[in-house]
Amino acid sequence: MTANQMNGAEMVIKALGDQGVDVVFGYPGGAVLPIYDALFMQNRLRHILVRQEGGAVHAAEGYARSTGKVGVVLVTSGPGATNAVTGLTDALMDSIPLVCLTGQVPTHLIGNDAFQEADTTGITRPCTKHNYLVKDVNDLARVLHEAFYVARSGRPGPVVVDLPKDVLFAIGTYLAPEQVEPRKSYRPKTDPDPARIAEAVDLIINAKRPLFYGGGGIINSGPDACKLFGELVEMTNYPCTLTLMGLGALPASDKRYLGLVGMHGTYESNMAMHGCDVMINVGARFDDRVTGRVSAFSPNSKKIHIDIDSSSINKNVRIDVPVIGDAGKVLEALISALKAKRFSPDKTALSKWWKQLDEWRKRDSLHFDQAGPIIKPQYAIERLYQLTKDRETYITTEVGQHQMWAAQLYKFEKPNRWMTSGGLGTMGYGLPAAMGVQIAHPDALVVDIAGEASILMNIQEMSTICQYRLPVKIFIVNNQYMGMVRQWQELLHGGRYSESYSESLPDFVKLAEAFGASGLRASKPEELDDVIKQMLAIPGPVIVDVAVDQKENCFPMIPSGAAHNEMILGPSDKQSGGSVSEEGMVLV
Amino acid sequence: MSDIERHTIAVLVDNEPGILARVVGLFSGRGYNIASLTVAEVDSANSLSRITIVTEGTPMIIEQIKAQLSRLVPVRVVHDLTEEGSTVERELVLLKMAGTGEKRIESLRLADIFRARVVDSTIESFVFEVTGSAEKLDAFINLMKPLGLVEVSRTGVVAISRGAAAI
Ligand SMILES: Cc1cc2nc3c(=O)[nH]c(=O)nc-3n(C[C@H](O)[C@H](O)[C@H](O)COP(=O)(O)OP(=O)(O)OC[C@H]3O[C@@H](n4cnc5c(N)ncnc54)[C@H](O)[C@@H]3O)c2cc1C
Ligand SMILES: Cc1ncc(C[n+]2csc(CCOP(=O)(O)OP(=O)(O)O)c2C)c(N)n1
Ligand SMILES: [Mg+2]
Repeated sequence: MTANQMNGAEMVIKALGDQGVDVVFGYPGGAVLPIYDALFMQNRLRHILVRQEGGAVHAAEGYARSTGKVGVVLVTSGPGATNAVTGLTDALMDSIPLVCLTGQVPTHLIGNDAFQEADTTGITRPCTKHNYLVKDVNDLARVLHEAFYVARSGRPGPVVVDLPKDVLFAIGTYLAPEQVEPRKSYRPKTDPDPARIAEAVDLIINAKRPLFYGGGGIINSGPDACKLFGELVEMTNYPCTLTLMGLGALPASDKRYLGLVGMHGTYESNMAMHGCDVMINVGARFDDRVTGRVSAFSPNSKKIHIDIDSSSINKNVRIDVPVIGDAGKVLEALISALKAKRFSPDKTALSKWWKQLDEWRKRDSLHFDQAGPIIKPQYAIERLYQLTKDRETYITTEVGQHQMWAAQLYKFEKPNRWMTSGGLGTMGYGLPAAMGVQIAHPDALVVDIAGEASILMNIQEMSTICQYRLPVKIFIVNNQYMGMVRQWQELLHGGRYSESYSESLPDFVKLAEAFGASGLRASKPEELDDVIKQMLAIPGPVIVDVAVDQKENCFPMIPSGAAHNEMILGPSDKQSGGSVSEEGMVLV
Repeated sequence: MSDIERHTIAVLVDNEPGILARVVGLFSGRGYNIASLTVAEVDSANSLSRITIVTEGTPMIIEQIKAQLSRLVPVRVVHDLTEEGSTVERELVLLKMAGTGEKRIESLRLADIFRARVVDSTIESFVFEVTGSAEKLDAFINLMKPLGLVEVSRTGVVAISRGAAAI
């Protein structure tokens, strides 16, 4: 056999190597045994054995988001593939590049309801950027290389490659990545149209009350794009707000940063969104968590929207100047165009705007009182931040109130340090994601800020964490409630807390020990710092169970169907404008 | 709503398994409306198929439909024929008429006016073939209903722009 003749399973390993993949998150089964055999016979590619396929996908997401590389997943047919579906959907919503290899029954049995057969390409078609069923081993190399290209280019996303078992055994010809021609039908546009740049520059120069609205697209574009974004914000001295997915795109310490925007964003961010006259959206998608009631969203602004995906433009909100292209390239073009025009901001207008913004800032909307003997959840996160901010720290979260408090209070100075499930809001994301982050950054501090309900959704991954001695820290903000659900029931359903109490919780300290990790607990405010320091001092994985106030709600909050200027600032503010309309009630 | 528009969109795609499911799934998953959809290979050397979709929506939805279609990996180009100017749109229908006597004669007379062809006949039935715009076919079918129409098979709309320019 010549060097480029090999079987399908060997081709998979070779293609992953040629794509620069160093780690695969997976779980074996009958249909992928040939690949596991090929894995066994090499030592370049590392395989991380998860405990449930869903964990593998979130781990690959954490790996991808913290490195900018494509995350790789390997699962078997049928239940292996269906278990991966939530993670694939999560990655699609948050634009995370993944390649997920799924086993499939042999081609001649497809359609026969064979053992562990599922229509994987059918099931995953709406939850992937693209998917493939490979029926001929001679297509395999091309498809794998194309899958990586599709996953990472343009708007990134998950790609599934379904591999029938007979194809893995068949001998065929391998092609290297450079031998594969990019297909004509897929050519993402990354360079902006100069005419649009000129229009955008015009609006930026003449703005009186400008606002940058930065999102996950800047992080997708990469650290260089984030630098350019910082440069543009600095040279204009315009204020900037970030979405949940955009945190870290601008250093939180930048004095022009107004904080998180949207449903649980700061007062100043949302008031600025409402009151600006020119909005410069860079890589954000006008999500409903951000816009509130669309008809009342930023009524008096001209909107520039920079996005690599033309379907994001005019989807929810009317755009005046769409700029389609990669955020980094567009920012570069904007900066050089502004420099060429010897741009200087309208000082009078801008100082008036900043005066207003500073007034709004004075409302101190993230303020909380750590009074009394019970730990406030915000205080727990604030102390975690203070005690970890000077390290190389990566934060993942689960979904709920703790996620929002983390987004509000943990300040990120760099991109790729914040991994959260934004679009799908998948409970159980944070623990496996932290695992993936720690694999990519073995020496960094990786903390999963968790809720006691969410953590139980993928708790089995503690076993993976212990097997690979990953020093992940799990920081459970334990309010014994599905707090976010409880909060909505309090505000919208007359305080009828239907099924939102976390009954029969495990003893998380003992649970940690049962897995072979360490467990710590903090129940009083004065214990908190010590417990966090102990957590940091322990070299291995730790679960910290922090007992917090059960009744605390997450504010500010824009109730569903409300406008930005109808925000509820705190518990005493419930009546003022913050009532939920009938249309609001039906919204999620 | 008054700002609902009807557009005919031509989509050139790589002819590969699952492509039609992708397009149809996009429409159903995002709640877009399909009034008509036709598909066939048009360039076998390059393995290209052409899908013609007639859809309805507000201008913002129509724009979304086109952007979402363009985003599909196997889609080469998307052309909004309605927006790009004058088009020729045609559809073919086969109608089966059953019966004898006066109604049978009358249906033949009307078929002549609509330039329908008889492609099958027995003592008690005809199959007519008609091409034309969807509106013309609707009119013809309506006229045939009381005259013994028993079955209809339509192709859906195919369309092409007028003039020398090509996709
Ligand atoms: C409980 C809960 C509460 C939430 N509350 C809030 C909230 O208060 N505030 C908030 O902001 N979010 C909130 N979210 C998250 C929200 O649901 C969305 O996930 C988030 O707002 C989307 O962020 P984004 O607009 O930055 O877009 P992303 O989902 O990150 O999308 C990125 C955009 O950038 C584009 N893009 C990708 N790559 C590039 C590139 N290279 N160049 C240019 N563009 C590119 C994409 O096409 C896309 O349009 C909440 C989520 C949960 C679970
Ligand atoms: C898989 C999944 N199921 C249900 C939900 C709905 N949901 C959102 S937040 C939440 C409660 C989370 O509780 P917990 O993890 O304790 O976090 P807390 O809000 O208390 O901080 C639920 C059930 C979800 N986001 N994901
Ligand atoms: Mg909770």
